[in-house]
Amino acid sequence: MSDLYRRFGGGLGTLFLALVGAWLAGMVLAPNVMMIDYALRPNLPPSQLGGPNDVYSLDNILYLANEGVHRAIFFKTVWASALVAFITFLVCYPMAFWLAQNATVNQTAIVLLALTIPFWINEVLRTLAWYILLAFRGPLNAFLLSLGIIDEPVRWYGDGGVLAGMTYAYILFMLFPIYNAIESLDKSQIEAARDLGASTWRIHWRVVIPHAKAGIATGCVFTFMLAAGSYVAPALLGAPGSRWFTEIIYNWFFEGGDWNRGAAYALVLLVLCLAVVLITLRIARVSLTEVAK
Amino acid sequence: MSHSVELDHVGVTFGATRAVDDVSFTVEGGEFFSILGPSGCGKTTLLRVIAGFLKPTEGRVLIGDRDMTPLGPNQRPTAMIFQSLALFPLMPVWENIAFGLEARGIAKAERRKKADELLKLIALEGYGDRMPGELSGGQRQRVAIARALAVEPQVLLLDEPLSALDLKLRQHMRAELRALQKRTGVTFIYITHDQSEALAMSDRVAVMSAGVVQQVGAPRELYDNPATPFVATFVGETNALPCTVKGIENGIATVESAHGTLSGRAGDGLSAGATAKLYVRPEALKPNGGTNRLAATIERIDFEGAFALAHGMAGDGMPLVASIASTELAAAPAIGEKSGFGFESANAVVLPDV
Repeated sequence: MSDLYRRFGGGLGTLFLALVGAWLAGMVLAPNVMMIDYALRPNLPPSQLGGPNDVYSLDNILYLANEGVHRAIFFKTVWASALVAFITFLVCYPMAFWLAQNATVNQTAIVLLALTIPFWINEVLRTLAWYILLAFRGPLNAFLLSLGIIDEPVRWYGDGGVLAGMTYAYILFMLFPIYNAIESLDKSQIEAARDLGASTWRIHWRVVIPHAKAGIATGCVFTFMLAAGSYVAPALLGAPGSRWFTEIIYNWFFEGGDWNRGAAYALVLLVLCLAVVLITLRIARVSLTEVAK
Repeated sequence: MSHSVELDHVGVTFGATRAVDDVSFTVEGGEFFSILGPSGCGKTTLLRVIAGFLKPTEGRVLIGDRDMTPLGPNQRPTAMIFQSLALFPLMPVWENIAFGLEARGIAKAERRKKADELLKLIALEGYGDRMPGELSGGQRQRVAIARALAVEPQVLLLDEPLSALDLKLRQHMRAELRALQKRTGVTFIYITHDQSEALAMSDRVAVMSAGVVQQVGAPRELYDNPATPFVATFVGETNALPCTVKGIENGIATVESAHGTLSGRAGDGLSAGATAKLYVRPEALKPNGGTNRLAATIERIDFEGAFALAHGMAGDGMPLVASIASTELAAAPAIGEKSGFGFESANAVVLPDV
């Protein structure tokens, strides 16, 4: 901080600090404090706000704990998000390895551009593209029918559709951290392992993955958090049987009219996601600072 | 006896670049063989061809008299020590050493036992549970060697493994490598750009330049009888005196140079009337004596410890270097003095210009 003052002087230094402070207070602290405040208060008509009934309690959170359907959807959201992270990892790892270790400069440029361009389009529109692809009378079913792989159209909307849509939506968040991590691996380590007789599987398991662990953890954390908080993909590609917890939160806010309960639900989701992330990092022995890099 | 390695007309082309051009030589089993050349001469490419990382564009690689050209590095009885050593930084030392055994499906207890034996061999007993990052450069070097030896290779390939070490350690490791090679009997193929390293350690050396093998021979042979101008100038210090060949008799060429008529042993392909150079080592130039006389003005004397190099300028503006033993420095000519040097014809070689 003294370095900041030395470099920019008192006036500009203070301004920078004030801006950072304002950003932290306005964008991080205030919304979260408000969410917690909402979550712990009962939903009251305006006339009773500040009255004897307006007291802090855990009622809203306990409501979730006692509501079987919501609870099931909550846990399903958590493990399905983990599944999304895992599948995205399976899709991205081979590509990231190829890009980082084998591809020529030109190939890398073309592939990264091809992967990035779709992300210039809004997430809703990208998900709509999957909505069209996976439609009952859509191109995917038509294609599979024409090949004779299926005899009648498949209903893709639901768990499968949500999984596909999310995996696609979060590829880059997984790909880039892993790519960066693998790129820093000295190629001669892979060659040394091969020279010593290791199979491809063992080279990855013992040399590449341990080296890229922080990158993999970063990608998984991003993907898990984004998936758990996703709304568009489950709303468009889901079916009544594949409801996502964010949809329940949405309903409390905009259909149930109970912002307090909605805030409580959102708070629980946030806390549990954080817990899952921290536990995962602890198990993988990756520190949070490595992920932040 | 360990396997021999035979290169049979090996060539490697990368796009428009000819990295290795028609290389053929045989490394005998149990030999310490060096490939010496400046950076970019294709020596590392050649080593990668022998290891199996690179398929030659043409030619064959035979290891132990078996054609191994189509086989990958994991199917060859070779082990490589990389320039960067390529130790696995996230595995403890013993797992590094036993990695090749792990790949062969050997049980953990036995791997640990073998690793401990090898740690003893490289005088690092008790270091098994350290991480490679906790070791010094020389220790890491030895771990890399143990890791390669653990798979009991027939041929050990070393890609300038000492280049990152400081001089004292490098000299120590040279002796250690040499002793290890004698003890294990494994065929060593050693890549280096450091000619003193190659001369000191090897049974035989192949000198490479621009993808071509210039000469293969014992260190003394390369030094005393260079086959090409490149070998003459790259291996050791030398004076190259431009000259024209007047005649050749009994293997001794008489030449005409700026220093008058001189003579030296005639190299291959030398004929009367050819433009050539007479190569004479600094240590062959003596202030007194010698049948061939040169004159030069002493410009500076660089003291190197065991000897000093006297740099002179001949009348025609050509530099001349003579080596003077430190014990004889007192009698050396002074700087600025015009001094005469002489050499015996047997200590000079005349090679045609290419």
